[in-house]
Amino acid sequence: MAVFARPGTEGSVMGFQSRYENFIGGEWVAPVGGQYFENPTPVTGQAFCEVARSTGQDIDLALDAAHAAAPAWGKTSAAERAAVLNKIADRIEENLTSLALAETWDNGKPIREAMAADLPLAVDHFRYFAGAIRAQEGTLSEIDDDTVAYHFHEPLGVVGQIIPWNFPILMATWKLAPALAAGNAVVLKPAEQTPASVLYLMSLVADLLPAGVVNIVNGFGFEAGKPLASSDRVAKVAFTGETTTGRLILQYVSQNLIPVTLELGGKSPNIFFSDVMAANDDFQDKALEGFTMFALNQGEVCTCPSRALIERPIYDEFLEMAAIRTKAVRQGDPLDTDTMIGAQASNDQLEKVLSYLEIGRGEGARVVTGGERAELGGDLSGGYYVQPTIFEGDNSMRIFQEEIFGPIVSVTSFDGYDDAIRIANDTLYGLGAGVWSRNGTTAYRAGRDIKAGRVWTNCFHAYPAHAAFGGYKQSGIGRETHKMMLEHYQQTKNLLVSYSPKALGFF
Amino acid sequence: MTSIPRRVLVTERAADLIRRLRGEHGPLMFHQSGGCCDGSSPMCYPAGEFLVGDRDVLLGSVLPEEGGTPVWISGTQFAAWRHTQLVLDVVPGRGGGFSLEAPHGVRFLTRGRVYSPDELTALDTAPPLTGAQVEAGEVEPPGGGPTIISADDLLAICPAPTRP
Repeated sequence: MAVFARPGTEGSVMGFQSRYENFIGGEWVAPVGGQYFENPTPVTGQAFCEVARSTGQDIDLALDAAHAAAPAWGKTSAAERAAVLNKIADRIEENLTSLALAETWDNGKPIREAMAADLPLAVDHFRYFAGAIRAQEGTLSEIDDDTVAYHFHEPLGVVGQIIPWNFPILMATWKLAPALAAGNAVVLKPAEQTPASVLYLMSLVADLLPAGVVNIVNGFGFEAGKPLASSDRVAKVAFTGETTTGRLILQYVSQNLIPVTLELGGKSPNIFFSDVMAANDDFQDKALEGFTMFALNQGEVCTCPSRALIERPIYDEFLEMAAIRTKAVRQGDPLDTDTMIGAQASNDQLEKVLSYLEIGRGEGARVVTGGERAELGGDLSGGYYVQPTIFEGDNSMRIFQEEIFGPIVSVTSFDGYDDAIRIANDTLYGLGAGVWSRNGTTAYRAGRDIKAGRVWTNCFHAYPAHAAFGGYKQSGIGRETHKMMLEHYQQTKNLLVSYSPKALGFF
Repeated sequence: MTSIPRRVLVTERAADLIRRLRGEHGPLMFHQSGGCCDGSSPMCYPAGEFLVGDRDVLLGSVLPEEGGTPVWISGTQFAAWRHTQLVLDVVPGRGGGFSLEAPHGVRFLTRGRVYSPDELTALDTAPPLTGAQVEAGEVEPPGGGPTIISADDLLAICPAPTRP
């Protein structure tokens, strides 16, 4: 085990600035209004830096810079843009430890997760889109012997991106990498709960990008997010968050008739068919780990497997073993490399999770394990920690119907395949799902019958580039982490060309 | 017979924050969010900022004696949440969507209390108004008791630990 020194303390691999401005036109620029807000770490609840509190005036400055940069950036060759993305990936990789510490301090997640998942995935996503844009081809359609339709990809121009707080660097990467690869300039607003790690990343990669291609404006949703999402100077808006803000953004973009991609969350079922218990082997062990994945990132994942459906014949035995596995999740200082679950990202998030523990009890659900705030002692007591919790109940309860975004799984049983699919699909959302079975046919059929965009089959919580991620139903619009995302950031230009010298004869 | 309980209440501190935000922004509205990140949070906007849909459901207006602030939820989410009474509270926090209170370092939080069977039966006799009905001019029936819940009553129904 090792415990990382806190940012800015003796022996630490990185330190934050005491104050971050906006990054506009390749420079750090103070907010026009001169205001800043304090940014606390969820690890202790103590503020560690100030961040620009921006308004529409700052968004306008960023849009000016982006529009100045977009034409030249959009004309660069795919090879040039890919080279920039690869350099960003290399720079992140060279600074992986310090970026992981920054992410942990800003977000509260355990550092072993930041080092094993968030940052390596960010590196790979930049490299993936560097490769994807090199390999992307337009098409041509031979209409007839004299007429050809050529289809070119063109960048949209300037796009707006609003980033969530659960994986601040990785979610920024999911949106930045395809947008930049496709030749767009970006105005990006990090979440006000976790702005610092993205700004620290920007400080490391700023020299790799032409001025104005990436602009970061910080602040609150109503003051800075709305001017960005409602601007008539963006060609597209990308947002990850929740349904009401998703609808509001759709409302804003409708005024400008521009496209939008939305990722709005889910209530992902994780289905365990009886045959997972057919042998006490590696697969059974993997399935139990798959159950416990609800605690990954403190449950703050849009695809948290927060509903576990267990087939009745194995229900008691599987749940007993799953509870043992859950109790073994090590909770502690997020900077300790042995810690598996860290702090919720903000105090209001903590309060929301605690309120759901009460709602679940009120609905008559049984607490199998956990169910309380975790007190870790020392100055960690000021942080936002919740015990990994298993509830037993039924699918009509709110703890089965609404994403709590905490380390809470709601468990119920099912009787046979049809019942499993019925319960799995009895939700407003359709982002992720998990299916566990040794029977390939059962697993395949279930995966196809579940109305969700990503069905992990005999695995969970893998997020490789080149596998499409996005939702059915109220979970959103569009797909990320796949080359198809390039087209969400591109126009199609059709040149319809006639090679015939003859008039049509109409006039 | 059980009287018809309100579907949404506010705590004293939420009422104070609503008054403060009304002073800054004018009349307000809430829309209860769902989904990830800040899902489950009530979003507070200037009245009219959020386009209420035909199938949205009006949970009720809080502080009716002060002009009223409507609290909306989508129809499908209401179907999943209808067995709980919602209590809008305030906690220290940071941000959340485009909700107006973020600059104050606080966040509205929706607490919940599960209705008794008698209360649910009573509620079934008085379905809430939809967006389409409100658009057509229908209004909430008068009465229904205060919309502010005292700190003691809150503690009795929502014993979640809260911090100053």
